[in-house]
Amino acid sequence: MAPKLPPHHPLEQSTSAVAGGQASAHHSPPRGIMRWLLTTNHKEIGSLYLIFSLVMFFIGGIFALVVRAELFQPGLQLVQPEFFNQMTTMHGLIMVFGAVMPAFTGLANWMIPLQVGAPDMALPRLNNFSFWLLPVAFALLLSTMLMPGGGPNFGWTFYAPLSTTYAPPSTTFFILSLHIAGISSILGAINIVATILNMRAPGMRLMDMPLFVWTWLITAFLLIAVMPVLAGVITMMLMDINFGTSFFNAAGGGDPVLFQHLFWFFGHPEVYIMILPAFGIVSAIIPTFARKRLFGYASMVYATASIAVLSFLVWAHHMFVVGLPLVAELFFMYTTMLIAVPTGVKVFNWITTLFRGSITFEPPMLFALAFVVLFTIGGFSGLMLAIAPADFQYHDTYFVVAHFHYVLVPGAVFAIMAGVYYWLPKWTGHYPNVKLSQWHFWLSVIGVNLTFFPMHFSGLAGMPRRIPDYALQFADFNLVSSLGALLFGASQLVFVAVVILCVRGGEKAPAKAWEGAEDLEWSVPSPAPLHTFDTPPNFRPHEH
Amino acid sequence: MRKSLVWMTGCLGFALMVPLAMANAWNMPVGVTDVSREIHSLHMIIFWICVVIGVVVFGVMFYSLFRFRRSQGAKASNFHENTTVEVIWTAVPLLILVGMAIPATATLKKMYDASDAELDIMITGQQWRWRYEYLGEDVAFNSNMSTPRAQIQGDEPRGEHYLLEVDEPLVLPVNRKVRFLMTADDVIHSWWVPDLAVKQDTIPGFINENWVRINEPGIYRGQCTELCGMDHGFMPIVVEALEEEEFDAWLAERKEAAEQEAMGVDREWELEELMERGEAVYGSICASCHQAEGQGAPPAFPALADNQQLIDDLDWHLDKILNGVSGSAMPAFRGTLNPVEIAAVTTWTRNAWGNDTGDAVQPAEIAERLSD
Repeated sequence: MAPKLPPHHPLEQSTSAVAGGQASAHHSPPRGIMRWLLTTNHKEIGSLYLIFSLVMFFIGGIFALVVRAELFQPGLQLVQPEFFNQMTTMHGLIMVFGAVMPAFTGLANWMIPLQVGAPDMALPRLNNFSFWLLPVAFALLLSTMLMPGGGPNFGWTFYAPLSTTYAPPSTTFFILSLHIAGISSILGAINIVATILNMRAPGMRLMDMPLFVWTWLITAFLLIAVMPVLAGVITMMLMDINFGTSFFNAAGGGDPVLFQHLFWFFGHPEVYIMILPAFGIVSAIIPTFARKRLFGYASMVYATASIAVLSFLVWAHHMFVVGLPLVAELFFMYTTMLIAVPTGVKVFNWITTLFRGSITFEPPMLFALAFVVLFTIGGFSGLMLAIAPADFQYHDTYFVVAHFHYVLVPGAVFAIMAGVYYWLPKWTGHYPNVKLSQWHFWLSVIGVNLTFFPMHFSGLAGMPRRIPDYALQFADFNLVSSLGALLFGASQLVFVAVVILCVRGGEKAPAKAWEGAEDLEWSVPSPAPLHTFDTPPNFRPHEH
Repeated sequence: MRKSLVWMTGCLGFALMVPLAMANAWNMPVGVTDVSREIHSLHMIIFWICVVIGVVVFGVMFYSLFRFRRSQGAKASNFHENTTVEVIWTAVPLLILVGMAIPATATLKKMYDASDAELDIMITGQQWRWRYEYLGEDVAFNSNMSTPRAQIQGDEPRGEHYLLEVDEPLVLPVNRKVRFLMTADDVIHSWWVPDLAVKQDTIPGFINENWVRINEPGIYRGQCTELCGMDHGFMPIVVEALEEEEFDAWLAERKEAAEQEAMGVDREWELEELMERGEAVYGSICASCHQAEGQGAPPAFPALADNQQLIDDLDWHLDKILNGVSGSAMPAFRGTLNPVEIAAVTTWTRNAWGNDTGDAVQPAEIAERLSD
């Protein structure tokens, strides 16, 4: 099979894989639903991931609105506590595993091959499999709500023994669905690592890769490292529930705290899994619209890598009040505070990139700038939470809810939206409607801050999280939060409108849709044809 | 002009934050212990550090966004690397963090020193109430939320301490070091009173330790802060801090009442007496799961009214109450209720809601079973 490439090059293997793919393309491709069920094309699979995550974003968002509606005023009006707990739990699970993670995987599928100059992902059939596991997993997860006793009601962190001995009967199905979603993540991560390490265009060294590729490479290693830990801990739950073991059951000699150690050993890297690719997207957008190279490329890579390494050493800061020994408290307090250093470096680099640039404010840039400001606010509350003595007051209050929503919503979600606005011209060949995009942006920014900023205050004033009803002094903050949530939720309909309109038409975009954009994806036509880089591109790195 | 606009916005934002930070209901309470004061000052220090960093960082950012707009003819420069500034902005935050870690470490060490306590209190979390035992004093009681359901459903106006009031508060002396030993019977709960700056998970199978020395008498309110199931939002904590003499008098009175109760075990109880007592016990302990009318909430919480097995089999019924049902939410009450309470609540459930067995279970009988 035709390797006309220089000998001893890593691309050799992958070219033959693609040639295999083209051989089967001589048959006419399947049409209709079968085309999507059987596709092995990274662009189609990327689109599937993105559409799936958008659907999940709305389902999880509706659950959040049920929660906010119940908390609109004191008292129980709309739902009973049992159902309220299911709503908070499912909101968290769906947003984390169904919306944010698949959205990043979708962006990776679309953009990593284009950014490294590869014809497709390294393992296209595996790619198809890892996507189609997701609808199965989440259909199963959502179906638990119709089972007797209801769905998961123990929080997205599902602490044992509330999630084992005291859990509803549907928990076994919850465990199965999480296993399936976990397998999907691991396979996706393996595929991304294989693509990045083996299929870069000739001449592209690791330190020439766009930062989105770099951050995803590191994220993929985090996924491979921690998803098996999650699989382990839910398997132990499965055994406790169904096979009479007592891993987490104190009455049988087990240890409920062990659950939390295992969960957060997975869970803390998991939260960086949801933010590192966001760093990559923002690091692509800010230089493009400042028309100036990213400041401190190398330090960005090192900062991302140090955040990833530190993420394995900080898990027990979620457990400052479970009664850890003093030495452990100190260790986890110090390591957690250390994370502020590389994170700070990133923010400083973005801002220095803006300094003495030539700045314009297209929709992707608006979202990227809002990301920098609002993510940094989430970082500040994170630094406050790291101070272990103060965490005895903050822990499990709305202050924590405010913190992680600031890093996840105007953090991860805004970065995903920035990425979508940035790459929509490449995907569809049209620019998104500017007026509507601006409406979407400003409504979202106002909504998100109205929702989450008052939560800092209600938390500090003493409101615990995960309660369906609250004391009267928290009423004003909750009223504002609920109105903000409604605004934020409604403004996402504008986003859907923008995307649909952009797919159907709009101002035509050239190959290089943004004048300051530099990476390889802007060298292929817009919209990107189904097959790109059948022959490797001519890659010329920046002078260092 | 543009510069002054940036400065004005910055100063305005700053000026807004000051009253916000000062207002009490918006901020962490200073509290009434030395530890809570230290925590509050740590909180304010780190808050102001964040504010200052924020003003500088966002100041530079918004300055750049205004100053280097292309619409105003800004041309991009070409610099993209500078090792010196990278080293500076790695080192400076590191130094600030070290400066922050030192006082935080000192406070944490103090919080972990529960030695030389004058009073030990065992706090047990249960779905969905707290149990307090004054160790070595033979005084123990449960503390349930006393806010009526009608207020929660909105049928009655809500009181001042809505959801933050209990039938029996934890009574503590001021100026004495009190050690808390904390555990749970079922799932993990967390005992938090913001004014005391004590938040500690109560975990089945573990005994956690914390302590408090309250400086001012008063009533301090808090809530469970670890999701513990259906009524997680409805298990408040109320601490009543008394002057030392008042506390000693209160404790003596409670000890006497406990002795009276113990003597009640030996005498014969009338059915009406048992029913009256049993209704109270049922309302405070059982009704949260099995519901006020004994209808339960199947499948998790079985019905007691019209439950044929319960009506037919007294032995089975007592076994469930004394030993619990393993693998379910039903705890064993042999350790947490006294013989009079167990006899009374058994009698109540065997006769209420049309169960009508006519059984009057005697405390002496229960005491005998407990000693087996």
